[in-house]
Amino acid sequence: MTTISRDKARTRIELGADPAPLYMAAAGEQKQKQKGGGGDEGDGKGEGGQKLAEKGEELKEEMDNLLDEIDAVLEENAEEFVKNYVQRGGQ
Amino acid sequence: MAIPTIMGTEIEFGIMVKNDPDFDPISSCVLIVNAYREDPEGRILWDYDQENPLADARGFQVEGEKYTPNQQENIARNKTLINGARYYVDHAHPEYSSPEVTNARDIVIHEKAGERIVEMSRREANTLLPEGAEMLVYKNNSDRKGNSYGCHENYLMDRRTSFKQVVEPLLPFFATRQIWCGAGKVGSENRGHPCDYQISQRADFFETEVALDTMVKRPIVNTRDEPHADREKYRRLHVIVGDSNMSEYTIYLRNGVTALLLAMIEDGAVTKDLSLRDPVRAIRDVSHDPSLRVRVPMDDGTQRTALEIQNDFLEMVLAYASSRSLDPIQKDVLQKWQTVLETLGRDPMELDTKIDWIMKKRLIENYMSRKKLDWSDSQVQMLDLQYHDLRPDKGLYFLLERQGKAERIVTDEEIQYAIHHPPVDTRAYFRGECLRRYPGEVFGVNWDSISFGLGDDSIKRVMMSEPLKGTKQVVEGLLERSRTAAQLLQNMQS
Repeated sequence: MTTISRDKARTRIELGADPAPLYMAAAGEQKQKQKGGGGDEGDGKGEGGQKLAEKGEELKEEMDNLLDEIDAVLEENAEEFVKNYVQRGGQ
Repeated sequence: MAIPTIMGTEIEFGIMVKNDPDFDPISSCVLIVNAYREDPEGRILWDYDQENPLADARGFQVEGEKYTPNQQENIARNKTLINGARYYVDHAHPEYSSPEVTNARDIVIHEKAGERIVEMSRREANTLLPEGAEMLVYKNNSDRKGNSYGCHENYLMDRRTSFKQVVEPLLPFFATRQIWCGAGKVGSENRGHPCDYQISQRADFFETEVALDTMVKRPIVNTRDEPHADREKYRRLHVIVGDSNMSEYTIYLRNGVTALLLAMIEDGAVTKDLSLRDPVRAIRDVSHDPSLRVRVPMDDGTQRTALEIQNDFLEMVLAYASSRSLDPIQKDVLQKWQTVLETLGRDPMELDTKIDWIMKKRLIENYMSRKKLDWSDSQVQMLDLQYHDLRPDKGLYFLLERQGKAERIVTDEEIQYAIHHPPVDTRAYFRGECLRRYPGEVFGVNWDSISFGLGDDSIKRVMMSEPLKGTKQVVEGLLERSRTAAQLLQNMQS
């Protein structure tokens, strides 16, 4: 991180870290938490749709996992939060 | 013969700061955009001389004042990136305009790279906020309180195609394509009829058929006539009717199919008149009916569903495609579109890994049934908002992606690469490479020009009015031979 004196209004200069670790780390963590379940998420280009249709039961289990995950990340105080989310109109 | 595809997207993001009573959207936008710094000296200008947003495609100039910020404000609001994109403050939103690309895969790659750039700068900006405050960014189109912000697609078109020829098929196409590219929304706004869930984020905000406005009384077809290219040869279709999509599959179809349709229009291959009696009413009625059963009145007196209308467009595009050779991506787009329309006819919910509004609906309904919630519950509204959250560990779209419930089109590696590299097959390559190689000598940038300050008080502007020139194939040798911008300009003239 460096500071550029000629640009006093804004002090922040360069982004240190590559974002990849965060995206990858998050993905890795999730995979560990999941119990086995049918991930073709790894290669990032799977034709997941057809496969998924074949395994209804597994899907249900996955959905339960997903809902647990949502509970873990969903903003608390939803009512307050959505009330405060106000934007100015754009294009 | 239709011109080759050149397209890009401009995304306006929602922004808020949690736990900050003094939150001001504009200063937050300036903070986030400036948290991303490639240009170490931070003094490259956006070249407003080249802009003319008041030209109307129907052939006239609208009265109004052109926005021209002073130099300091210009620098504070604009970043032009080495991947050829522009990252800037637009009104009260951070906005990311992708570089020009030639195909639907590259749109996905560059739009996703943009999300990551915004997310990186959000994290960086957060380090400057007071303890406890957190900036959050959403890739959506409404605050559900009547304020909307856009996701605009841009397509280069042949100016010989009259604007009237463009508008006629586009009105019914845009009113109905949302059934496969809507991003989904809980509830309605802007005086729309109450509903639980609707297909499009934006449909409630369209109030007229054809006009120049983008912020009030929004039109389904926007007439901004600012080609950012040789205006004798080209027009740029500025599409403001779309939603901000999270799903790669949906982005891919949105741009890929629309580009094919436009090629068909340019080639005069529209064989059926699908005009709607009232497109403005139709876009809302279609959006408010996730069952896809609603019928909208056609000009010919019949009543048809959005899916039937889309199937007619598909039929026309298939007939058109059979008479010319499509590249592999175009073929793939067409095949996926066909499959998606077939599936919509059978059971839309089968598309719950592909199409945003269906992915979101499935997620919300499952959560509602587990928690015994109904559509008016604030947690349901929170799910809707958080689907679009750019944080990879908190955004619900990214959660689906990690769990293998979001079909991918491109790879993480391709997205990551595009953060620092322009597409190679448009003028964005020249723009990005000049910014990477000669950052100290670039003075100002616009889509169709780049100007250099060479230290002798003169500014030399290189025009790029041909979007397909300036590709890697054409200019890499020239750039390699030129260690400085001065040499580059000399070599260009010799």
